[in-house]
Amino acid sequence: MRLQGTLRPKLRRILALVRKETRQMVRDPATIAVGIVLPVILILLFGFGLSLDVRNVPLAVVMEDSSAPAGNLLAAFTLSSYFNPQVVYSPQAAERLMMEGRVDGILTIPSDFARRYGAGNARVQLVVHGSDANRARIIESYVDGAVGAWSARQSADEGTSAGNGPVGVQSRLWFNSANDSHYFLVPGLVVLVMTLIGAFLTAMVVAREWERGTFEALFVTPVRSGEILLGKTVPYFGLGVLGLLLCIVAAKFLFRVPIVGSLAVLVAGSMLYVLVALGVGLLISSYFKNQLVASQLTMLATFMPALMLSGFLFDLRSMPAVIRALTYLLPARYYVALLQTTFLAGDIWPVILPNAAALAVMLGLLGYASRAVTHKRLG
Amino acid sequence: MAIPVVVGKDLRKVFRAPGNGGEVRALDGVSIEVRAGELTALVGPDGAGKTTLIRLMAGLFTADAGTLTVLGIDPAAQPQRVQDRIGYMPQKFGLYEDLSVQENLDLYADLHGVGAEERSRRYPQLMQMTDLGRFTGRLAGRLSGGMKQKLGLACTLVRSPELLLLDEPTVGVDPLSRRELWAIVEHLVREQGLTVLTSTSYLDEAERAARVLVLHEGRALAQSEPAAVTRIATGRSVVLDPNAGESARSLQARLLDDPEVIDAVPDGGLVRLVRTGEPATGRDRDMIAGLEATPVEPRFEDGFMVLLRGAAAHEAGVDIQLQRPLAPSVEGSVVEVHDLVKTFGDFTAVNHVSFEVRRGEIFGLLGPNGAGKTTTFRMLCGLSPPTAGILRIAGLDVSGAGAAARARLGYVAQKFSLYGALTVAENLEFFASAYGLRGAQRRERIDWALRQFDLERHARTASGELPGGFKQRLAMGAALLHEPDILFLDEPTSGADPLARRAFWRRITALAEQGVTVIVTTHFMQEAEYCDHIAIMDGGRVLARGSPAQIRRLGRARDGREVSMEDAFIAVVETARAREGAARA
Repeated sequence: MRLQGTLRPKLRRILALVRKETRQMVRDPATIAVGIVLPVILILLFGFGLSLDVRNVPLAVVMEDSSAPAGNLLAAFTLSSYFNPQVVYSPQAAERLMMEGRVDGILTIPSDFARRYGAGNARVQLVVHGSDANRARIIESYVDGAVGAWSARQSADEGTSAGNGPVGVQSRLWFNSANDSHYFLVPGLVVLVMTLIGAFLTAMVVAREWERGTFEALFVTPVRSGEILLGKTVPYFGLGVLGLLLCIVAAKFLFRVPIVGSLAVLVAGSMLYVLVALGVGLLISSYFKNQLVASQLTMLATFMPALMLSGFLFDLRSMPAVIRALTYLLPARYYVALLQTTFLAGDIWPVILPNAAALAVMLGLLGYASRAVTHKRLG
Repeated sequence: MAIPVVVGKDLRKVFRAPGNGGEVRALDGVSIEVRAGELTALVGPDGAGKTTLIRLMAGLFTADAGTLTVLGIDPAAQPQRVQDRIGYMPQKFGLYEDLSVQENLDLYADLHGVGAEERSRRYPQLMQMTDLGRFTGRLAGRLSGGMKQKLGLACTLVRSPELLLLDEPTVGVDPLSRRELWAIVEHLVREQGLTVLTSTSYLDEAERAARVLVLHEGRALAQSEPAAVTRIATGRSVVLDPNAGESARSLQARLLDDPEVIDAVPDGGLVRLVRTGEPATGRDRDMIAGLEATPVEPRFEDGFMVLLRGAAAHEAGVDIQLQRPLAPSVEGSVVEVHDLVKTFGDFTAVNHVSFEVRRGEIFGLLGPNGAGKTTTFRMLCGLSPPTAGILRIAGLDVSGAGAAARARLGYVAQKFSLYGALTVAENLEFFASAYGLRGAQRRERIDWALRQFDLERHARTASGELPGGFKQRLAMGAALLHEPDILFLDEPTSGADPLARRAFWRRITALAEQGVTVIVTTHFMQEAEYCDHIAIMDGGRVLARGSPAQIRRLGRARDGREVSMEDAFIAVVETARAREGAARA
């Protein structure tokens, strides 16, 4: 009886705050834009627009040789979906195209190509635009592979057994493995959407109350600061779960990414991460009490690192040690590992458990810190 | 005698001023007692410490020194226990503007644990009291300022608090809503024995309290019943009739510099004066500045000004001197407005408004919130195109020659559009550049503004940290940088205390005497006395127009007192609304 006596008003207060927060959330067009419209745009953008596969590489081909083998080689490039060759007849013209950024590489088929091909030591020259080193290396190996494929086919057709192709078989494998980057982009996308909803939206909600002066009246009621935080967490957690479902549906049915692991682990891990992201947003918001500062800071502290330092786009192992050490502070890092494993590899508990544990510890710390900075005091 | 609900002894609170590392003594040894079942008022200028004192009681601040008990509890040690039992309405009441009236009420009822049964009893009462019953479904953000305040009050009254704290509940509220709010509060005290502590900068409100605490710069100047404050001015209040050819406000401005004069205000064509002491006896005629002084009954405001002048250094020589005399302009009207209309969708914000203002005149636009004053101003400034009608400034059509007309006018927006993070000097530099001032001229104008508005000391203070009165001065300085001959001020004195308001009007009077044409909107009806002509607006229309004396005659006297400008205003607005209601029925 006595327990009920103190619990019921408390529960009622929390419910009232959740109701209020939900109404505000639903009625605020900005929240809907960031919470629903933006994730959809991100899904479509990442799903269809962004691809790490290199395709349609614009390539200038300098034809110094007009022989049949040279024309044949050019045809191999023209027919490939990986290249978009543009034939020029002088090195200067090719160079100009490269300078103007209209091609990413120059392939020169020298005037002695046919003669040397007959002799089994043909060479072509490749110059690649090096501004994006990763892309350059990929183009390099593609050209390598294309030439290799061509010469192998050529040899087979002619029935000659001469191993005179300029490239070995290994690069062919590189070339042909049509590695669909959606497989690892979509899990990364889930991370971004969850970060956006979790941290970015909540970063505004506490600061907004400070800015509009709504807290002052709220404070002088029987409400406790923990109840205020809880009231803010629940609706945004709901929105986060909605975003998660949106992502999973898109992953499975739009991009046909297989979910090798179990859905339950995926959802549970994601909920954990949403809570951590909410915690970050609430903490920043409670501390800075200014919507602009809070949103900018959340962008810098959560969204950008989630994009760049979580192992979603760039391999963590290839980062400098200092930066890599820094990534251990990022919740997104653990979530990416967790997601990629469940999506692509399955329920591999030795990977899932430590990452989930790291997130749980962070959640605890954030909850504690948020409580500590939210006093029912002004100034 | 009942046990006091609040007892504070020697309370002190110091804030560190952000930026310059200085200290602000918000409370410097204040003692207070709030008695049960009574209305106690905290009065004092801006920065007197009223809000700080109330926040201490609400457990939102802790005092640096002194003791405080609220309902027998120390709010610093056990804030929650106090907060469970009191009602608090902060200055900017935190209504959730995206929630409806009913949703706001329900939220507070839930937070206070008000049960369904009590609600069914209480809601109708609150609705009847606040007259919000028709608007329960409306979003709080769509309510007028007065209705928002009433809803804020209703939210704090969802259950009977043992103490109600109100922090300037009527700031920025028009006279009609103000009267309604006070009727509610007085009803609660009288009928339900509620204990109320309210702060206010309206002195006529303080007069309604059982006890007042007069605060100034963190110190208590008096704590007594209001009549005792009024009595301080006994024998010192007189009125003077200005000579023909001199306006009341010019005489008043002149008299303020007299060291024997504590306060002077224009009042119905006369000047009301409070002197430092009683006149020497033995003279058969009491003469001040060559005019005969007629003694009058003192008012609360007179006593308050005596107290304040005793504590505050006399701010002598508040004046303003234009750098260059204004070029003699064409005679006739400087601002002409004919049949001005502005519609937003199917809502008519300004409905066939016409008026004319002559050079060097002070013209006042008075009206409740939402009357269309600000919309009219925006059109005058060329910020918003009129739907129909003619607008001429200095003979130029605003819509045709926007830039040329705009160069002639200075505009001080409501709440002053200043850059809070920039210092006073930086704000002036920015506005000077925006007006196209350069080089030596720019320097000269900025120096002029700093000097004329006594801002030199604060040149390096971020404008967001300036006290209210200084913000207003800075905004005026910025608006005058390009030497306009027409000045528009939208609610410049909203929330300003009596001293700041007097200084403001002295500057305006000085500007008008030097030929600057001034159009001003205000909520303070007494301020209409400074104007040459006024127009009362409501619902987008001009209801009455004329000199202050003419408008005053439209009022009905209340309980035998002389008709105040406020009575006239309320009478005009109520008559018009009644007529409209009858026409619609």
